[in-house]
Amino acid sequence: MTQTSVMLDPTGELSPAVRARLARPESLAGKTVGLLDISKPRGDVFLDRIEERLAEMDVTVKRYRKPTFTRVAPTELKQQIAGEVDLVVEGLAD
Amino acid sequence: MTPLPDGLIVVAKRDCPTCQLVEPLLPDIERQAGPLTVYSQDDPAFAAGVRGAQYDSTLEHSFRLQTEFVPTLIRVENGEEVERTYGWHRDDWRRLTGIEGLGEDLPMMRPGCGSKTLEPGIAEKLELQFGDTHLHAREIETDADDLIEACYERGWSDGLPVVPPTPERVLRMLRGTDRDPAEEIGLVPPDLAPCTVEKVAINAVMAGCKPEYMPVVLAALEAALTEEFGLHGLLCTTMFAGPMIIVNGPVAKSIGMNSGGNALGQGNRANATIGRALQLIVRNVGGGRPGEIDRATLGTPGKYTFCFAEAEDSEWLPLAEERGVPSGNSAVTLFAGEGVQGIVDQKSRTPESLAKSFALALRVVDHPKMAMAGDAVLVVSPEHSRVFIEAGWTKARLLEELENLLQFPGEEMVAGAGGITEGLPEQYRDKTIPKFRPGGLLIVRAGGTAGLFSAVIAGWAASGPVGSSPVTREVKV
Repeated sequence: MTQTSVMLDPTGELSPAVRARLARPESLAGKTVGLLDISKPRGDVFLDRIEERLAEMDVTVKRYRKPTFTRVAPTELKQQIAGEVDLVVEGLAD
Repeated sequence: MTPLPDGLIVVAKRDCPTCQLVEPLLPDIERQAGPLTVYSQDDPAFAAGVRGAQYDSTLEHSFRLQTEFVPTLIRVENGEEVERTYGWHRDDWRRLTGIEGLGEDLPMMRPGCGSKTLEPGIAEKLELQFGDTHLHAREIETDADDLIEACYERGWSDGLPVVPPTPERVLRMLRGTDRDPAEEIGLVPPDLAPCTVEKVAINAVMAGCKPEYMPVVLAALEAALTEEFGLHGLLCTTMFAGPMIIVNGPVAKSIGMNSGGNALGQGNRANATIGRALQLIVRNVGGGRPGEIDRATLGTPGKYTFCFAEAEDSEWLPLAEERGVPSGNSAVTLFAGEGVQGIVDQKSRTPESLAKSFALALRVVDHPKMAMAGDAVLVVSPEHSRVFIEAGWTKARLLEELENLLQFPGEEMVAGAGGITEGLPEQYRDKTIPKFRPGGLLIVRAGGTAGLFSAVIAGWAASGPVGSSPVTREVKV
């Protein structure tokens, strides 16, 4: 069971308690986009179409695939993706 | 808070045999000497026959009555407590209730048990809920199953695990000082964020400090935040140094600091965590993080923590006393320190020879051809200090001799001399150059009793008014 814990903020409290998401890129020009298939059925159909659209925009695409959707991605795969691309699109369900 | 009910109050718990012993007396007490209020700490059915019996499920009443033992019997008149007794003492209970024959069949005396309010982990929770200590730091709620990992994710760690700063732990840490948690110690660079005693306590928890280290951590932070110490520049520099803490006086022994074997190394909780607490305050309160405003090219392991005590010797004046702190008082001296450079001299048996070894080693601070740039701390081990002490050399004498030995002809020091482009400007060619600025060389005694080894701790190359000067502050215990 998950339990909520409380900690006292050790910082100067100059930034929000909830961390902001990373800013979205202003454009995809020159970026490399990773498409992560989590191995859910027909995820490839969705990602193939995304790849087509990105290719039309001259965006470099790299494809990745998790061995199974029932487990988090293996560390090696996460490190590989982090090292090779600027952005990731991931399909979460079928 | 409601005023105390007039009459008698009994605080008890089922778990306590002495409370069970007195339980049958309570209806009689209520009838003959009431009104009676009974607060049961654990069993709603305790003293069920007494109208004034209450289950103190939150322990608020027990806490507010400052109950240390059960049973506690208190007499209240006009809302004020006039007398209390704890455990079962027949004569006391008779006097407080005014019932002459009370407990005739019971033994004269039975000790009580500890109050539930004082059980481990409970006291701090009750203080936070009902007490006078008010914490102001923002509460961060998390459903993480591992709080240490949650601290990492929030960027609160120096790379090593930190102790999660729960309110209970912070409250315990604050017990280490009499100072108001809301008191501001100063503005911590680079963000110039105000740092309260409470923020110091939070970071001290994370560093692994014990509450009794708090006065030393507070003094170290006060020293670090002075204009002379120049913490902002120190944490931004591309050079190596970080704040190093030298502790003098009785506090070092009373909190168990290490000034002996491996004094500059690992393994002692006070040494390790006091230095780390200061660095975590710089990181978390001030926002001084490597890769951001901390631009160190290489850094030094001392930037995790660098704190030790002087091995004070009656023959050599301790550093803090040299710097004006009265004998018998405790103090911290902050120094912008780089790393530890060992001096191995196992053959010198005269002070003259050993001083020359030291001077040679001190010359390399920053660069052998630089002068009056970085300060230095010379850490003299007991075996080396004995060579001087037996020859009648005080610390001041050693310092004076070293200053004489550390004068170099400008022609050796200027740029280009020795085929090395680094060096002093040409204008110094015909001058005699002292290696250190006046007051720039400090001597402390520390280390294990075996080993003819001492050490140089070089300072930040920007010393004095243009950078950092050593700063000494008394520890208010």
